[in-house]
Amino acid sequence: MREETLIPKIGVVTDIRVDTPDVKTFRVVGLDGKKVFEHIPGQCAMLSIPGVGEGMFSITSSPTNTEFMEFSIKKCGCLTSWLHMMEVGQQITIRGPYGNGFPVESDLKGKDLLFIAGGIGLAPLRSVINYVRDKKENYGSVHIIYGSRSADDLVDYQEIIDEWMADENVKVDLTIDRPQEGWDGHVGFIPSFVEELKPDLSRTVLICGPPIMIKFTLDGLKKMGFEESQVYTTMELRMKCAIGKCGRCNIGNKYVCKDGPVFRFDQLDELPNEY
Amino acid sequence: MKKIALTKLDELFAAIAASKSLYLPVDTEKGAKYTAWTEGAKLSEATNTVRSAKDFFFPQVEDMASFKVEGKKIEVIDTRKEAEDFVVFGVRACDAKSFEILDSVYLVDPVDSYYASRREHGVVMTLACSRPTETCFCKAFGIDAAEPAGDISCWKTEDSLLLKANTEKGQALLDSLSMLEDAEDTAADAVKAATREIVEKLPLSNLSTDAFGGDKLSALFDSDKWESLSESCLACGTCTFVCPTCQCYDIRDYDTGHGVKRFRCWDSCMYSDFTLCAHGNTRTTQMQRFRQRFMHKLVYYPANNNGVFGCVGCGRCMRSCPISMNIVKVMKTLEG
Repeated sequence: MREETLIPKIGVVTDIRVDTPDVKTFRVVGLDGKKVFEHIPGQCAMLSIPGVGEGMFSITSSPTNTEFMEFSIKKCGCLTSWLHMMEVGQQITIRGPYGNGFPVESDLKGKDLLFIAGGIGLAPLRSVINYVRDKKENYGSVHIIYGSRSADDLVDYQEIIDEWMADENVKVDLTIDRPQEGWDGHVGFIPSFVEELKPDLSRTVLICGPPIMIKFTLDGLKKMGFEESQVYTTMELRMKCAIGKCGRCNIGNKYVCKDGPVFRFDQLDELPNEY
Repeated sequence: MKKIALTKLDELFAAIAASKSLYLPVDTEKGAKYTAWTEGAKLSEATNTVRSAKDFFFPQVEDMASFKVEGKKIEVIDTRKEAEDFVVFGVRACDAKSFEILDSVYLVDPVDSYYASRREHGVVMTLACSRPTETCFCKAFGIDAAEPAGDISCWKTEDSLLLKANTEKGQALLDSLSMLEDAEDTAADAVKAATREIVEKLPLSNLSTDAFGGDKLSALFDSDKWESLSESCLACGTCTFVCPTCQCYDIRDYDTGHGVKRFRCWDSCMYSDFTLCAHGNTRTTQMQRFRQRFMHKLVYYPANNNGVFGCVGCGRCMRSCPISMNIVKVMKTLEG
């Protein structure tokens, strides 16, 4: 029989990091202790617990990590609740990589980059951020604007403090929605924070977060003078096959699983507003 | 071209069934249905079967894999088997075209091995229509009811069945049937002309597709007519079920008590949970779901497939919809 992508491989969970009250980051390798497959930043994998279900998750680790893959997963449904109950050593099924990924080897090369993330929206962008940091000779400077509901909901907080903020090529601005004891950083929603920060108009923007945050942030960026063609986002819709055949993650004639999940806003403009 | 007397059809079917499973439309209380041939089975005279022929390659339910779960360990069991050789006889031109449409979904990279195995092992013997009816509109989608595709095309004349191979697979099957006699290549011309003459007179034959296609996306999506068109849709999914080109599926797990079976089954974009995510739903109203089904066939599919429409005009949705909604009404309303 020919190879069948719908039949998954086994992944072993080798580490579980509790990021926030509802986000955990899972480290996954194959049965042989090596990475199950290689990927491009922004690509995704189908993870499943047999008997519970299968779902698409962005790979949050960078391809430059040669040892393992990581998935930051928010507990918000049936499968993710099961995943959150896992202990180290648990096996899951994994298949991929799926989707187009961010154009790190073409359009993003040589560019100054601006990452804007809200909440768990940092997960797919973290892959690009660490990729760009590891290959800094190929990219310009990096500006990261990241916000969350509260200080406790910032994903990858330790990595942000220890590594990103320590990187001289990277500027990090954090915000939380409401004032909180012990937080002396910025307080306020991301769209207005971005406008306050007046990011450099020459930057290529990568944005991911809740739909409402994306909408208002994009409006603000356009008002500042950014073109839609310099802003990328990554989408998430219901998926079953992950290869453009089961028919449910389409926006117009594009399938998010294979034509996306990364789209430029000028490309999204040509599609029906049904996402 | 080959031929055999209609009185010897049983002999032909028996010869095919001797080496491969043979399926053909047989009349039942609920209309014509593809049935495994057994001695004495009579080929239906119906214009078409109630259900389409897609089941042969894309069955309603099929197993994908199994899992053994023990503590923290999982074992993946590849339960796939190469399909067995089979022949399906009596497929109409519309359904034959639907296979091409399914192919361009399932046989493009990455190839769906379940579907591919059945396609490789199945021989499609089509039968030209002799009595197209008022619910037929294949002509609108460029299909000639008198010249069906498939591995072997067949025509029924007054006294014979004419057979012509179109593929190597079809030729091999014809070569193995020693009871066939040679016939003139023009032998089917008279019945073809008769069929085309009926098609010309059918009320829906001149249905226009000009208003549709991949380049009409935003105008059609934003039409204000979807609301009234979809108002009485019950979301039963019958149209999807009988449609030869509807190919959306669901993947589900089933705990057998001894392990987990992963299977796929037909799904419908008409259902409210089709796009339901933990974080919300992209199509919350029946209008959006209704629109998706017709936009897919008339706009999205052609946009991705060089203008080929995702409908073959078989008319099954017309006969099956409990509220008498169908693609023809949709097309005429959107266009007008």
